Amino acid sequence: MTAATGTLPAPRARGRGHLTGTRPLLRLALRRDRVLIPVWLVVIAMMVLSMPNTLKEVYGTAAQRADLMESLATNASLRALYGPVFDQSYGGLTAWRVGTFAGVLAAVMSLVIVVRHTREEEETGRQEMISSAMVGRRAPLTSALLTALVANSLLGLLVAGGLAGEGGAGALALGVGIACVGMVFATMAAIVAQFTESARLAKGLTSALLGAAFVLRAAGDSATADGSSPLTWLSPVGWLENLRSFGDERWWVLLLFVGAVAVQCVAAYELAGRRDVGMSFLPARAGPAHGRIGTAGALARRLQRGAVIGWSLGFLAAGVVFGGLTEGATDLVGDNENTREIFERMGGQSGLTDAFLAAIVGMIGMVGALYVVASVLRLGAEETSGRAEPVLANAVGRLRWAAGHLVVAFAGAALIMLLAACGLGLGYGQDFGPIVGACLVQLPAIWLIGSLAVLLHGVSPQLAVAAWGVAGLALLIGWIGPALDLPQPVMNLSPFSHLPKLPGQDMAWSPVLLLTSLAVVFTAVGLAGLRRRDMATG
Amino acid sequence: MTKAITVSGLHKSFGRTHALDGLDLDVERGEVHGFLGPNGAGKSTTIRVLLGLLRADSGAAQLLGRDPWHDAVELHRHIAYVPGDVTLWRNLSGGEVIDLYGKLRGGLDKRRRADLVARFELDPTKKGRAYSKGNRQKVALVAAFASDVELLILDEPTSGLDPLMEEVFQSCVADARRAGRTVLLSSHILSEVETLCDRVSIIRKGHTVETGSLADLRHLTRTSIRAELVREPNGLSHLPGVHDLEIDGHRVALQVDTDKLDAVLRALTESGVRTLTSTPPTLEELFLRHYQEDAADATGVRTEEAMSR
Repeated sequence: MTAATGTLPAPRARGRGHLTGTRPLLRLALRRDRVLIPVWLVVIAMMVLSMPNTLKEVYGTAAQRADLMESLATNASLRALYGPVFDQSYGGLTAWRVGTFAGVLAAVMSLVIVVRHTREEEETGRQEMISSAMVGRRAPLTSALLTALVANSLLGLLVAGGLAGEGGAGALALGVGIACVGMVFATMAAIVAQFTESARLAKGLTSALLGAAFVLRAAGDSATADGSSPLTWLSPVGWLENLRSFGDERWWVLLLFVGAVAVQCVAAYELAGRRDVGMSFLPARAGPAHGRIGTAGALARRLQRGAVIGWSLGFLAAGVVFGGLTEGATDLVGDNENTREIFERMGGQSGLTDAFLAAIVGMIGMVGALYVVASVLRLGAEETSGRAEPVLANAVGRLRWAAGHLVVAFAGAALIMLLAACGLGLGYGQDFGPIVGACLVQLPAIWLIGSLAVLLHGVSPQLAVAAWGVAGLALLIGWIGPALDLPQPVMNLSPFSHLPKLPGQDMAWSPVLLLTSLAVVFTAVGLAGLRRRDMATG
Repeated sequence: MTKAITVSGLHKSFGRTHALDGLDLDVERGEVHGFLGPNGAGKSTTIRVLLGLLRADSGAAQLLGRDPWHDAVELHRHIAYVPGDVTLWRNLSGGEVIDLYGKLRGGLDKRRRADLVARFELDPTKKGRAYSKGNRQKVALVAAFASDVELLILDEPTSGLDPLMEEVFQSCVADARRAGRTVLLSSHILSEVETLCDRVSIIRKGHTVETGSLADLRHLTRTSIRAELVREPNGLSHLPGVHDLEIDGHRVALQVDTDKLDAVLRALTESGVRTLTSTPPTLEELFLRHYQEDAADATGVRTEEAMSR
């Protein structure tokens, strides 16, 4: 048979051979993402497209909009959050108010897609089987990037089409710009995925780079009123703002995006071509030969340690940022009746500073509900992956096993809220006690949503994923409810609507106690269900 | 003393699938019991019921004289389990997992742990995601064999092990038997079962089709015989238990039910034997007889006849 090797076709020069199989892989990726991508697109597009109407309510007159422009010129902390305004039209205000956030969300969507179809495939070993088929060396990366391109293009189209009524050129610029931010971080994730062995780390590192880009832009915008700071220009998120959608668009900025995407693409392909499947440039470090973990609780703490540290840092940082914004925000809002009303509805009171703080604390609490859901769902992940089975085959009862993770979930929620309070106190520089109280009063609602996840898990681990929907609904109601002035029965669907709006309002113990007791009952029922049902098999 | 495992009439369905359909299983203390069946026969489901992970719909099951569902935690102090497909936490090292399982079970023998790690040539410092399938399997095997337990439940534990490591595994099972432990070894590797097991239960589609010592089971199988005779054979076709008889002049090839072997040998020696080869029945034949789908029904009938004799 050795003679036969001579007849094998010589390896084809770089080019098509490396890309063989891209088309079926792309179809596979789009099929696997048939829920993920549409959900992202709908959420981001809704956020952008609902904005003109909201703005028309809030800044109805030209005078109000001129006021806003003027205050932004003098208010550095608000510029840090949203960026500068380049045009008074509703299109221009939309680009100002949500452009940056839509870009950041598009970036998150893109990095999730790319890592999911590259490093995650390798980590799980699925890539090995795929690579053994008629699949070129570069096909997996190409199909992942094409999937991100499809998602971002659709998003760009949705935004451009939906905002066309506010001005065609501006809508196009904003749509293309948002999609471009997505693609910059798609290609960045493609590079990072070459360096790490774990998908989670790849997502984490790319998200950190995204966070850095946001902070660079924020720093730049707080220094200058027109986005001209070099710091802003260093950040791809800043390029989006400097595209000046709806405000005499600077189309040449798109070249920056194209250049960055091209350079990162080349780098990712070069790196991908130089390593083995499943390997990375940063090999995993060896672990200890002997372990100290000896209980189910210690195991749960160890498994969730990284996530808790990440959320803690995030909440502390968010606290500092919003704490720092508090005074500037109240200055700005002070001039505008409508905005004041929205904040007062969110914050539930008339004192503006307190209303702002209460609104921010409420938002932070709703994001905290996402933490508690993610943490409780680790139970389901452990169970369906087959890792829980050998643990439970030891002398560990199901309750003890579940309790390990639930303690991390519920106590972790308290920890991150406390850290958010510390951050807010540091950033704002006063009212430390009331802020801590306001943050902690969010816990019953967070716990209630966590306990719903436990309840669902008690029925089946597959069902528990629905808890994301509950947390998402609470976030949606809390976020857009006050701006749309939704009727109270709808608002009441969210447990957060029942909490006293601290600081400022009087403490009301009955809803707090009621929500806490409900959380206890749901958790108990969920655990009782877990004890009775069959464990899911991997 | 109670048996290590008694199961009778176990039923378990998932939706419309009847995974277990009246399964019986008896494992004596101190024996190595082979639990044989093709994929999907219900081996893992049975084991999950025995571990209290699944609740049986009906039927009785006892481990070490206790109820596997209600006394799960107390029972598990005396049991070590190795699943067929070991999944590890990607950021914990193999050594951490071995010690975790040991501690969760109530401690493991440090010296034995070190010895097993060396024998299985396992690198305990690697992180979970870096292990190959065979090495993940070794992590679970080391944790199981290093614990002081009465009962080892091994669900196709050698999948992914190379032949050298399989030999190590077999010596570990032998050590466990010498130490008086009971082993339930689910497998579809017949040579492994033949070497290791005192008794075997064979299951198919959720119920037990045969159970007994290997010697018992071999009585149900046939020995093949080839012989060259001095004279032409005579009267072989009339003997009971002879199948597939082929006569070509002085040469004879036949299969005979193992318990009817004696009469056939007498008949052969009457014609004068020049050469004789006999192939003993293997578990494989037994296995194939039960599982060849096309012969399924006929085999079922024959087995019932065999059992009733």
